Amino acid sequence: MMDLTVIWAIIIAFAIVAYVVMDGFDLGIGILFPFFRVGRDRDMAMNSVAPVWDGNETWLVLGGGGLLAAFPLAYAIILPALYAPLIAMLLSLILRGVAFEFRWRDADHRRWWDVAFTVGSTVAALAQGIALGALLQGITVEGRAYAGGWWEWLSPFTLLTGLGVVVGYALLGACWLNWKTEGALQRQAVTYAGRLGIVLLGVVLLVSLATLSLEPRYHERWLAYPSVLATAQVPLASMIATFLFYRSLSRRKDAQPFVWALVLFGLCFLGLGISIWPDVIPARVSIWEAAAPPRSQIFMLIGAAVLVPIILAYTIWAYWVFRGKVDSEGYH
Amino acid sequence: MMDQEWALLLARAQFAFTVSFHFLFPAFSIGLASYLAVLEGLWLKTGQGVYANLFRYWLKIFAVVFAMGVVSGIVMSYQFGTNWSVFSDKAGPVIGPLMAYEVLTAFFLEAGFLGVMLFGMNKVGRKLHFAATCAVAAGTFISAFWILSVNSWMQTPTGYELGANGQFLPGPSWIDIIFNPSFPYRLVHTVLAAYLTTAFAVGAVGAWHLLKDRANPGARKMFSMAMWMAAIVAPMQIVAGDFHGLNTLEHQPAKVMAMEGHYESHPEGGPLILFGVPNSAEKRVDYAVEIPKASSLILKHDPDAPLAGLDTIPDENEPPVGIVFWAFRVMVALGFAMAGLGLWSLLARARKRLYDWPLLHTAALVMGPSGFIAVLAGWIVTEVGRQPFTVYGLLRTAESASPLDAPAVAASLATFAAVYFIVFGAGVLYLLRLMAKPPEPHEALPSDAPIRTSGITPALQVLEGEERHIVETKGGVS
Repeated sequence: MMDLTVIWAIIIAFAIVAYVVMDGFDLGIGILFPFFRVGRDRDMAMNSVAPVWDGNETWLVLGGGGLLAAFPLAYAIILPALYAPLIAMLLSLILRGVAFEFRWRDADHRRWWDVAFTVGSTVAALAQGIALGALLQGITVEGRAYAGGWWEWLSPFTLLTGLGVVVGYALLGACWLNWKTEGALQRQAVTYAGRLGIVLLGVVLLVSLATLSLEPRYHERWLAYPSVLATAQVPLASMIATFLFYRSLSRRKDAQPFVWALVLFGLCFLGLGISIWPDVIPARVSIWEAAAPPRSQIFMLIGAAVLVPIILAYTIWAYWVFRGKVDSEGYH
Repeated sequence: MMDQEWALLLARAQFAFTVSFHFLFPAFSIGLASYLAVLEGLWLKTGQGVYANLFRYWLKIFAVVFAMGVVSGIVMSYQFGTNWSVFSDKAGPVIGPLMAYEVLTAFFLEAGFLGVMLFGMNKVGRKLHFAATCAVAAGTFISAFWILSVNSWMQTPTGYELGANGQFLPGPSWIDIIFNPSFPYRLVHTVLAAYLTTAFAVGAVGAWHLLKDRANPGARKMFSMAMWMAAIVAPMQIVAGDFHGLNTLEHQPAKVMAMEGHYESHPEGGPLILFGVPNSAEKRVDYAVEIPKASSLILKHDPDAPLAGLDTIPDENEPPVGIVFWAFRVMVALGFAMAGLGLWSLLARARKRLYDWPLLHTAALVMGPSGFIAVLAGWIVTEVGRQPFTVYGLLRTAESASPLDAPAVAASLATFAAVYFIVFGAGVLYLLRLMAKPPEPHEALPSDAPIRTSGITPALQVLEGEERHIVETKGGVS
């Protein structure tokens, strides 16, 4: 049944996927930043995302703002429940964002803004992963409000999901640099991409197994016959995507490893969707319970239907303007 | 105090702190984006190098201001949920869509074209680049439109229905919600304030460099443009502020009573209290210097019109008087000082001494931060003046907060304070450094200038090349 609420769940999910995919590689470059040589390599790595990071981050605002607009109850329960990781994420995004400008403005303290760039990127990724894990493991809800303590989000499972997102973003960042740069930096990125791919697969496997034991319904959703025939396609497809990722990497392709890494991310999202559908707060609040009234949904849907294609069009144009390798023009 | 009261107070302090910091950046970038569009447009039209040079000068400053505005703004969009979850649950169906429209129509527009504006000068044509600058400028204005609509709806809620679960639900017409009674006034007043803030910041930078070298063409041009803005917009702002005040009197009379310091009703015409010390314990203004009946004259356009005071408002619905009273006086005084400087500049222009009057330049320099202070003071008037409600008259601030423990909010507030002072302190320092350098037509790039592979360096080289070309063909205009 394709009602308004389902449409809005898809739009919010799209915004979150768009955010993770696009800011993911920005943050990944920040995570890997200290391993790049000071000077030309670091400048090139940052320049490869400087013109687009702000647009990429805007999808996070759409995810948050859209959640408030379309599922206000979910927004009102989830944000207090994830208070500490979300505040840490916001502060980290501040450090990451200003570092783009500040490192050019203050050569004497560039080293410090590079550290801020890395710490901000890493903690933001970690906090996002922890937030995801905390949602999956279940939050305490009473009535229309969060009813748990302010450390409920912390557990070995959430730390594992946090690690997974850090590694995943770093992989995207490495693949992006393989695509957009040349020379020593590109070779370094290829090496990192290969290693990070293995670590990511390990973490995803652990998270998947742990998720099955979190809630009986996750277990049932994935493993009950005959639905297992459908759900088993996700790990199968992941294995194929992994194979293609490594093949493209070993064949020294520029763009393909990034694309296959994105496919892997997409499959992880599909897996998440299979686990939690049709809830907005897993096993607690369904999308229909949290939905805004139809008048709010329709009003926004008109805007989204007109504006999101336009946004995608000029976003693609902006990427097109800065297409190709980040070359060394401008160096004296 | 109970733990919950502490948690509420800390959450309010955190919101006030983060929003005050944030507001300073868009107040500057709304005006600066338009200024950049004007400069680039004039450059395209006239080909005069001085405009290209000023564009490049202020673009570097804009990039830093805009980055700080973006990152401090994301905090705001999440803080509604983290710290004011009950408010978000109840008001979300009404204000959520307006904020979603802000993201869709403004944030993406700004962010999507900012990259081209900052780094794309040598990648796209000049006209396309100008279009990108205009898109960013339009985005800043559209953003102000939506967020001020949200704020105004919270001040003067209309067009809603009350749901069975306690939520505010949209009524049949979104126009009634968006164009709520205080919105047009607040939008005009705030956008003019942003333009004035920019004008006085630009004017101060121009004045600073004129004091050191009155022949600098860039400094002369920016000072002249800023003073035109001051002379034209500051008087407009006084009129707009008056209309906004009358609108507030109609819809939020308690706020105006606090602004005026009127604890008591004045059935035969209220006095205008110029100065005094509000004493809320005794419910009177100590040491008041007042003009009899002038308040009635301003607010009712009739010196004998009766004016109700806070004695007509139940104590539990009264806003704090002292802070609103003082913030209002700071804002108004600065507004008149701005108009005064604007008039002085007209006089200087008439006497052909605009670039040759150090006292005027010193005054403009001193007035540099006046816009920022006035914006914050005005924000305090309107936000503290609508207490104790988040949705005016309908939802109390005390009933809006998240169920968080006080230590959690205390920890986050302390971290916000530390990070903001360090990060934005450094940012302001970098802005001042950029402003301290004079705009030179052929100034070499500083040694610590951005070295960006596809970034600002080649763009500047292109600009400089074109300037040189223009200078050659036009015989040294710049």
